[in-house]
Amino acid sequence: MISFELSEEQSQVCDMLSGFATNELAPRAREADETYAAPANVLDAAWSLGLIGLAIPEAYGGGGTPRSALTNALMLEAMGYGCAGLAAAAFVSSLFVNPLIDLGSEEQKLRHLPDFCGEERRVATLALHETAFAFDPARTTTRAERDRSGWRITGTKRLVPMGGEADNMLVVARALDMPGIDGIRAFIVPPDASGVTVTPESGSIGLTPMGFSRVELAEVALPTNSILGEGDGADIRPLLASLRIGGAALAVGLSRAVTDFAIPYAKERVAFGEPIAKKQSIAFMLADMHIECDAMRWMVWKAAAAFDTGSDISKAAILAQNYVNRRAVRIADDGLQIFGGHGYIRDLPLEMWLRNARALTIHNALAAA
Amino acid sequence: MVDFTLSDNDKDILESVAAEAKAGEKYARYYDEHEDETLPKAFPEAKAFPSILERIRRQPGNDTAPFIMQMLIKLEREAHNGVPLRQAPAALGNAALNAAGTQDQKTRWGHLMLAMSITEPGAGSDTKAIQTSARLDGDEWVLNGDKIFVTNGVRCAGTIVWATVSKSAGRGGIKSFLVLKGTPGFELVRKEKKLGIRSSDTAAYAFRDCRVPRDHLIGGDESVPRHDGEGSASYKGVLKTFNTTRPTVAAGGIGKALGAFRYARDRLAEEGVVVCWDDGRCDRSSVEQTLVELEADIEAATLTVLRAAWLASRGQSNNLEASVAKAKGGEICRSGPQRAMEVLGAMSLSHDHPVEQYLRDGRITDIYEGTGQIQRLVIARAILGYSSAELT
Repeated sequence: MISFELSEEQSQVCDMLSGFATNELAPRAREADETYAAPANVLDAAWSLGLIGLAIPEAYGGGGTPRSALTNALMLEAMGYGCAGLAAAAFVSSLFVNPLIDLGSEEQKLRHLPDFCGEERRVATLALHETAFAFDPARTTTRAERDRSGWRITGTKRLVPMGGEADNMLVVARALDMPGIDGIRAFIVPPDASGVTVTPESGSIGLTPMGFSRVELAEVALPTNSILGEGDGADIRPLLASLRIGGAALAVGLSRAVTDFAIPYAKERVAFGEPIAKKQSIAFMLADMHIECDAMRWMVWKAAAAFDTGSDISKAAILAQNYVNRRAVRIADDGLQIFGGHGYIRDLPLEMWLRNARALTIHNALAAA
Repeated sequence: MVDFTLSDNDKDILESVAAEAKAGEKYARYYDEHEDETLPKAFPEAKAFPSILERIRRQPGNDTAPFIMQMLIKLEREAHNGVPLRQAPAALGNAALNAAGTQDQKTRWGHLMLAMSITEPGAGSDTKAIQTSARLDGDEWVLNGDKIFVTNGVRCAGTIVWATVSKSAGRGGIKSFLVLKGTPGFELVRKEKKLGIRSSDTAAYAFRDCRVPRDHLIGGDESVPRHDGEGSASYKGVLKTFNTTRPTVAAGGIGKALGAFRYARDRLAEEGVVVCWDDGRCDRSSVEQTLVELEADIEAATLTVLRAAWLASRGQSNNLEASVAKAKGGEICRSGPQRAMEVLGAMSLSHDHPVEQYLRDGRITDIYEGTGQIQRLVIARAILGYSSAELT
C-alpha cells in the first residue's frame, strides 16, 4: 500500500534532530570547516542522543529499535540540514555499526556492538576508496589473501572518514577469486594492528570536519573471523546500498538548507528596483530547487524502504544516489549563484555548501543508512 | 508507515490495465495517421476488459488508496503506445461542473460529456486576459468570442466556456457557462492538426451572439467581486480541479517516458546492451549510463505524482505538490522519449517503432493543464509567499 506516512517515532526523531542540527551544528559549521575538525563536545552531544546505538539489538546492549535504513535516512537528512560535515562526523560510526548489524556474524556482533552502546563516544569507520581515479568498489585493488592463521591484507585506502580517531574500521578488499563485486569483502581491521599506518590526507574541498585519512595496509595479519559475515564473508552489496542511501540523505538535507537560506535573501535583495525573487529567472531557480528537494527526498525514501524490506539490494539505491548526485550539486551551485558575490565570500555558508555538496555527491562512504 | 509496495490486489489491477492497454496498441498507428477520424465509443476488444471502476474494489489498510491507484493506472496505460478501447464518458468540463456547479446543474448535465473552453487565440496561460464576453440580456446570457485547443471539443455534447462579464474586474469577472452543441451562434470551426495525441480531438469554437438561458451560469453566482485578487467562485472552482487533474496529467506524461524507456531498454537488451547494476562508472557505456539516469528521472517524477495523490487521498491540501508533480511530469515527457531515441539511434526515427510516437504524444504534457513555466510560477509564489499579482 503506497504511503508517505512516517511513524510517530520517526516524526519525533526528525523533530528532535532538526532542532539539534539548527541549534548545535549550524552555528559551528564554519569554524569546523576552516579548522578541519569536528568539536568533540558537539560530537559528544550528538552521541548522547543515541543515534548510533538506536538500532543495535538489546542483546548487545543497544536501543533495540528495528534496524531501519529509512529512519537513518530521515536522521541524516535532518542533521545534514544543519551541517553536512558535522552530521557526517556525528554519524561516522554508522559506517562500522550498521554493516555489522546487517552482515556481521553472531560472534562479531557480540565482540563489537556493545562498544557502541555506552555513554562514551566511540569512533569507528569504513575504508572504501582507493588512489586510482577509475576506482569503484568492483575495481578494488586492496587484496586480502588467506594464510594459515587467517588473512593478510595489503593495499592503500584513501579518504577514510575520521581515520585518525577511529579505534576500529572496516576495510573493503578483494578477497575471493570471483570477478567484479562478487569477490569483494569487508574486513574488521583494528587500526593499531601491525602493518596499518594512518596518516592525514592533504585536505579536501569539502566535508573537512570528517578529517579524511589515508590508510596503508602492509601485509596486515588478521584472524580468520575478521572477514565480515560468516565463512567466506558477506556479499557487500547491501553495505554499498546503505552507503549510497546515507550519502544521498545527507545531500537532501544540505539541499533543503540551501533552498531555505536562498528564499528570504531573494526576497530582500533588491536589484533594478524590485526584489530579485520577483524576477522569473530567480523565482524559477528557487522553484526548481524546491521541486528537486521533494523529488530527491522521495527517491531516498523509496530506496531506504526497499532496503528495509530486503526487496532490493542494489538498484533502488543506485537510482536514488544517481538522481540525488545530479540534483544536489546543482542546487548548491544555484544557491550560490542567487547570492552572487555574497555567495562566493566565506562570510556566508553558500561557498561551503557547494564544496560540501561536491564532496557528498562523489565520496561514496560517508554514512551508512 | 512509509511504504512503496503494492498489494496483490493493486498488482492484479495494474496487470489487467497493462493487458487492456496492450490490446489497444494495434490501433495506435492508424489513428495517428488518420487524424480526421474520431475514435469509436468502444472497440470490439473492450468486451474482454470490464470497466476499471468495477475492478477497483479496495481493501482499506492493505490496498493502495483509489486516487493513488488512478495515477498508477494512468501511468501504465500511457506507457503503452495505444488508444483507449473505450472512450471515457466524461471530460474536463465535467470536472469543472462537479467542482463549481450547483446540485441542480450537476443533475441536469452531469451525464453529458462536457469539454472545457478556456484558451483563446490571444490568451493561453494568462487566463485572466480572455476576451470572450458574456452579457446578460433579459433572462439570457449572450456570449461572444473565440475558443481554441478545446480537448474533446468535437465529440463532446457541450462545453463549459470561460467568459468575462466585466473586463474591468479582471479574474473576478470571469464566469463559466454551459453551452450545449446545437445552440444557435455556437460553431465548431475546425479540428486542429497536431504533433501528437491525434486520436484525441482538439477543436476550435466560435461564439457569435450565442444565447444561453440565465441558469447556465455555472454555480449561479452573478455577483462580481470588487477586488481583483479573489477571482469568482467558478474560476476558483476550476483552479481547484487542478489539484487532481495536474497529477493525473503528469502521470500521463511520465507514462509516455516510461513506455519509451521500456522499449529502449528491452530492444537494446535483445542486442546485448544491458545495464549491469554492479558496474561502476568506468565500466558503463554512455548508453547504459543514459538508461540508468532515465530510469532514475522517471522514478523521481513518478514519486512526486504519488506524493501529490497521497495527500489528496487523505483530504490534505496539495496545491503545491500537484504543481511539483506536473512540473516533473512535464519535464520527463520531453527529455524521456528524447533520450530513449538517442540511445536507440537512427532506427528510432522510423514508424517501424513506437518511440517517435511516444515523443510526439508525450510532448503535450508540458503544455496543457498549465505549462511547466506556469507550474514554476505557482511553486515560486507558494514558497516565496507571493500573490499572483506580486509574481507574474
